[in-house]
Formats: sequence, C-alpha cells, structure tokens
Amino acid sequence: MVTERHVTGAHFGLKDWIVQRVSAVLMALYTALLVAIALWNGGVDYALWKALFANAAFKLASFLFMVALLYHAWVGVRDLFMDYIKPFALRLLLEAATVVVLVAYLGWTLQILWGGR
Amino acid sequence: MKFRVYRYDPESDAAPYVEDYDVALESTDRMLLDALIRLKAVDDTFSFRRSCREGVCGSDAMNINGKNGLACITNLKELKEPVELRPLPGLPVIRDLIVDMSQFFKQYHSIKPYLVNDTPPPEKERLQSPEDRDELDGLYECILCACCSTACPSFWWNPDKFVGPAGLLQAYRFIADSRDHATSERLDNLEDPYRLFRCHTIMNCIDVCPKGLNPTKAIVKIRDSMVKRTV
Repeated sequence: MVTERHVTGAHFGLKDWIVQRVSAVLMALYTALLVAIALWNGGVDYALWKALFANAAFKLASFLFMVALLYHAWVGVRDLFMDYIKPFALRLLLEAATVVVLVAYLGWTLQILWGGR
Repeated sequence: MKFRVYRYDPESDAAPYVEDYDVALESTDRMLLDALIRLKAVDDTFSFRRSCREGVCGSDAMNINGKNGLACITNLKELKEPVELRPLPGLPVIRDLIVDMSQFFKQYHSIKPYLVNDTPPPEKERLQSPEDRDELDGLYECILCACCSTACPSFWWNPDKFVGPAGLLQAYRFIADSRDHATSERLDNLEDPYRLFRCHTIMNCIDVCPKGLNPTKAIVKIRDSMVKRTV
C-alpha cells in the first residue's frame, strides 16, 4: 500500500493564514482601546471596570477580542503541533484536545460577559 | 591553517567524529575550496563535492563555522580558526561532507520547475516585455545548492512535506513568468498547510544564500498571489 503523500496542495491553509493576521490586528486594536481608556481615566479602578462591562458595546468588543484570541491561538498551536509532533495519532489527539479547550474557553467567555449573577 | 572537520564513513565508522587538521597553504590559495583540495592531498579519505569552483554549480555547499555557504566563494581570510566544517544540516550524510540531496530535489521537482505553455511555440522564441523579464531577476539565479533549505528549521522538521525556501523560490520564478500559463495550477499545488504555510518567516534562507537571493520575499509574493485570487 502506498501511503506516501501525493504531491499536490490540500487546497486549504490560506484562510487560516489570513485569519491569523486579521485576528492579530483585532487584538491590537482592542488592546489600544483598553490602554486609551485607562489613560483617559487616569488608571483603572473597580468602579470603571464595572461600568465598562455594563456597556453592551464594550462587551461585544470584548467578545470579538476573545474570538480573535481563540482562533489566533488555534492556528498558532496547530502550527506548533504540525512542526514538532511527528506521531500522527498523538498530533490528532493534541489538536482535538486543543479545540475542546478553546471551545470551552469560548463558552466560559459567554458566561462571564452575559451570564449575569 | 587549522580545520575541524566532521568525518563519517558509514562503512567503517560506528558514529560520526570530528578530526583536526593543520593544512599548509600556498600563497595562491584564496578560497576555502583551495584549502580543501590541499587537505584532500594530505588525507585522501576525506570526501566532499565540488565541480565548477566558482559559485555556479552549487556542489560544494557545506556548513562553514556554523553557517551554510559555498566553499569555493568563501574567502579564507574571513574565516576564524579552527575552521569548523560540517555537512549541510538536516540531510542524511552519505560520507564526510557529502549529503543525500534526494529529499531536496524531490521537493524541487514537485513544483514543476519548467515552463508550462501549451500554445504552439512561435518560430523564434516566446517574447517578453523588458518589464516582464525584470520580474524574474532575483529568482532565476538560484543554483540549487540547498544552503537555504538546509538552514530552514521548518525544512528540518518536515522535509518530506514542506517545499522549502529553494523550491518555493523556484515555484515563484514560474508563477512570475509572463510566458507560463499554469499560474493557477501552481498556486493550487502550493496551497497547503504543509507545502507552503510551514514557512514562519524565520529568514535564515536570506541570511545564508550565497547568491544573495531572497526566498522569503518570493514566499511572501506567492501568498500575495493566493490572497489576490481568493479575496
């Protein structure tokens, strides 16, 4: 049986590459926004933090930041596994575990932002 | 001049070892290759490849004081003693400084390194505008010495799946060629998380290229071409 990889493109990979870059820009913008808010208010205290996260627009921005972070992390961590983890079964296991953890983080993010208490 | 050379003959040695040499040079010896030919006269079991002795054939690529380069165009005056010579990293060693380049050339062949154009050839030649011809500068000069690919960590980890900087530079040489009609197929061939996207822009390839070429730039242009046709 020939298991050698047929020499052609898998026709994916470009999207992940673009998303990694776009998500990096999104995260940079959100970070700049946070820093600007902190500078504008002369620091961040509990009252400001609470007011910020009571604002629906800021919650949405935070949600977008987390989605960008999680997708960015997925592409980056998968790259690490593809580079260094040679046994196929172990790579599949690690990639699947990463997806599970990242999706769980997304759920946790939703709980924190809109769960209410 | 003092040399520390990687030695390995799989037929007689259990493991690779390092051998020290002190080679008497003549006043006419300029390049590292001259010294290696002297060394070979002292110890004829020492093996390396060389052919054109002027940086055109790419045969005598090796790791010189930790950096890949061509012995024939490496000036002896610029080398710190003892000069440490090792085979190109990441490829199987056949003997001493001679490596098995099969994997490297397999990747090179996978990008179809020839013009694809099914239109009937004109009587004389396929013409290009001077501007179109300029696009090939910095690409066609590659001599396939493998200095870049064997300096690339991504190629070390996945030599069977990642095309490597040399192969990708050659791939872009044909993507950029106005006479080639297979641009789309070429991009399809490369759109792959391993074949192209193992490049993490480490840029060792630019650092070592003895011809002063820039494979990273070619890889960036391949990605640009993909983005343009997709977005």
